Amino acid sequence: MASIAHTGSLPRAAEFRTCPDTGLRVDLAAEKLIRWNAVVAVVFLAIGGLFGLLVALTRWPAVHLLPAEWFYLALTAHGADVLLFWVIFFEIAILYFASAILLNCRLATPRMAWLGFWLMLAGALLANVAVLQGESSVMFTSYVPMQAAPHFYLGLILFAVGALVAVAVFFGTLVIAKDEGTYEGSVPLVTFGAIAAAVIAVFTITSGAIILIPTFLWSIGLISHIDPVMYKVVWWGMGHSSQQINVSAHVAVWYAIAAMVLGAKPLSEKVSRFAFLMYILFLQIAAAHHLLVEPGISSEWKIFNTSYALYLAVLGSLIHGLSVPGAIEAAQRRRGYTKGVFEWLRKAPWGNPAFSGMFLSLVMFGFLGGISGVVLGSEQINLLMHNTMYVPGHFHGTVVAGTTLAFMAITYLVVPLIFRREIMFKKLAQWQPYVFGLGVGGISLFMMGAGTLGVSRRHWDITFADAPVAFDYPGTAFLMMGLNGVFGVLSALGGLMYIVVVVSSVFFGERRTEEKAKAEPLLPQGGAEAVASYGSEGTLKLPGTITLVAIFFVAFVLYYFVNWKFLSEVWPLS
Amino acid sequence: MAIHPPEKRIWWNEPLEKSEITWITIAFIWGLVMFFTMVFWHFTGEQNLSNEAYRIHPETFAERTEAMVDQYTVREEGETGLPVVRPPPGSDVYMLARLWEWWPILELEEGKDYRLHLSSMDWQHGFSLQPENINIQIHPGYELVLTLTPEGVGEYGVVCNEYCGIGHHQMVGKIHVVAAE
Repeated sequence: MASIAHTGSLPRAAEFRTCPDTGLRVDLAAEKLIRWNAVVAVVFLAIGGLFGLLVALTRWPAVHLLPAEWFYLALTAHGADVLLFWVIFFEIAILYFASAILLNCRLATPRMAWLGFWLMLAGALLANVAVLQGESSVMFTSYVPMQAAPHFYLGLILFAVGALVAVAVFFGTLVIAKDEGTYEGSVPLVTFGAIAAAVIAVFTITSGAIILIPTFLWSIGLISHIDPVMYKVVWWGMGHSSQQINVSAHVAVWYAIAAMVLGAKPLSEKVSRFAFLMYILFLQIAAAHHLLVEPGISSEWKIFNTSYALYLAVLGSLIHGLSVPGAIEAAQRRRGYTKGVFEWLRKAPWGNPAFSGMFLSLVMFGFLGGISGVVLGSEQINLLMHNTMYVPGHFHGTVVAGTTLAFMAITYLVVPLIFRREIMFKKLAQWQPYVFGLGVGGISLFMMGAGTLGVSRRHWDITFADAPVAFDYPGTAFLMMGLNGVFGVLSALGGLMYIVVVVSSVFFGERRTEEKAKAEPLLPQGGAEAVASYGSEGTLKLPGTITLVAIFFVAFVLYYFVNWKFLSEVWPLS
Repeated sequence: MAIHPPEKRIWWNEPLEKSEITWITIAFIWGLVMFFTMVFWHFTGEQNLSNEAYRIHPETFAERTEAMVDQYTVREEGETGLPVVRPPPGSDVYMLARLWEWWPILELEEGKDYRLHLSSMDWQHGFSLQPENINIQIHPGYELVLTLTPEGVGEYGVVCNEYCGIGHHQMVGKIHVVAAE
C-alpha cells in the first residue's frame, strides 16, 4: 500500500519532532509547507484587504475615493485576492495540519505539495498582474460575454490546478496514515471536517476547470461562443461551492479551537460527523443561488437546488450551531462553571483571541451570514435582493465574519505551535478579533440594509450624476452606505492589527523552545485527560446553549416570514 | 477532544442525546416548511418569476422593440432624446438593455397587465426596478417574457445592477406609471 503514496519507491524517510504542547509527532516537511501556505495566505489577505478598503471608501458617498476605472479594478482584485487566494492558501495549510499533524503521520510527497504551492502562487500572481494591467476589470465572476485578458483566466486555471494537487497530497496522506497505522479507530472530528472540505474542493475545482479552460480558449480566439447562462451554471459550481469548502473548513476550525483552548469534546461524534456528511452530499448544488432570476431555467430546478434538496445542507449547519456552543458549554460546566444559565459563557476565556475570534465567528456566521443566506436563496424572495448590496452583505457575514475571523482566530494557536514563536503585542492581539468582528458585523448589516433599499452592488455612483435619465435612491440608502464605509474602515483597522501581530510574531517573536513550552503550556491543564476520553459529555444539561439556539431560531423564523411579507407588497408578476 | 481520534471505532453507532435529536427534528421540519413555502407561493403568491424564455438573436429582439417604438411613441423624455412609449394594456411590451442604456422608456397604466419582454444586445445586464426593488438578470441571446402589473402612479427607475463595464453606473431607464383611462 505504501507504494500508492510514493510512486513505487521506498517511503520517504521523514524527519519528525515531538510537539511539547500536544505530544504529537510533527513531520518537519509538513510543518514547513503549513508555514509557507499560511504566510502567503496572509500576504494575499493584506493585499486583498487593502483593495477592500479602497472599495469601501469609494462606496462611502461622502468620500467617493477612486475614479470609476480604478474602482472596478480594485473590486475585481479584492474579490480574487481574498475570496480565492487568501482562503484557499489558508485552507491548504489547514488540510496539511488536519492530515499529517493530527494523524501523527508523514506528509505524502512533499515535492508534489511544493509543486502545488508554486503553481498556486504563480497563478495568483498572474491573475493579479492581469487585473492591475487594467484590461481585466471583469469582476471576480468574469461573466461572459464580457472578456478579460487571456492571462487572467490562465492565472485562475494555474491556481486551481495547484490547489487540486495540494488536495491530492492531503488524500495521499490519509492513505499513508491508515496504511502505517499512525492513528487508531476513526480519524478525529477536525480531520473529518477537513475531509469534507477536501471532497467539496475536488468538485469545486473541477467545475472551475470545466468552465475556465474553454473561457480561456475563447479569450484567445479558439472558441467562438460561450453561452452566458451555461457559463453561470458551471462557474457557480465553483464560485458558490468553494464557499462550502470554507464553511466545512471553518466549522472544523471551530471544533479545533474549542478542543485546544477548552478541551471541549463534541457532544456526539455521530451528530457532528453526520452534519459534515450533509455538507458533502448537498452543499455543492448551491450554484442555483446565483441563478434564481435568470431566464431559461425552470422553477423546479431552482427550488430543488437552491434549497440544497429540502435544506439538508442547512440542516448540517443548524446542527453545528447547536453542537459547537454545546461542546463549549459542556466543557466549561465540567470545569466548574455551573452557576445559572450563562456562567459558562461569562467566564469563557474572552481575553484569548483564539477563543474570542472563534466565538464571534460562530455567532456572526449564524445570525448574519446564515439567516440572510437562506432568505436570499429563497426562489421568489431573491427577486427583491438579486445583485443588490444585500448579496455582498450576506457573504461578508459568511466568508469574512465567519471564515476569515475563524482563520484569524486559529492563527493565534498556529503561530506558537507550528511557527514556534511567541505572539507579540499580546494586548493588540486580544483586541484584534473584537475590532475586526465589530467592523465586519457592521459591514454585513449595513450592506444588507442598503440592499433592502434597492442599492445596486458593484456600482461606482449611486447618485447617477452622469446618467442621462435621473433616479434617486432614498436618503436612508446613502446613510447605510456611509455607515458601511465607517465600519469598512474599522474592519480594515482590525485586519491591519492582525497583520501587524502575525507578521511581527512570525519574524521577530521570541522562539518558543521546548523548555519554554513546558514551563508555559499553551493548552489548558487537564487537556490531556480530556483528550483521552471519547464520546458525549454524559448528562447533557445545556440550558445556555438551548437558550442561544432558541433565540437564533425565533430570529430566523421571524426574519424569514417578514421577507415574504415584503415580497407580497411589490408589483405582481408572473 | 476533537483533534484526537475517537476511541471507539464505529462512531455512527453512538446513541443520540435527547436535546440533539430534538433540535435535529425541529431543524429538519423547518427545512421542509421553507421548501414548501417556495412551492406554495407558486400557487398562491402573486410574485413569481416567469418560466417563459426563448433563445433569440439580438437583432431580432431589436427589430421587435423598434416596431413597438415606431407604433406607440407618445413623446420624448425631457431632453434625453429617448422615446416614451405607451403601448396598450395587455399588449407585448419590449425593453432592451445595451451599453449603457435601457431602451425605450415605457408608460404603463396602473393595474393593467403587460407582457414585458426583456433581453440584452451585448453583455449581461441587471433589470433593477426601483423603488419597488424587483431585480431580474438579463442575458444576451435570451428573451425573458413576464407578465407585469404596475401598481402605484409615479416614476420608477430601472437601474442596471449587473456590472457591464465602465459606463455601468450611467445606465438608468425609466417606467412611468399613470392612472388607467
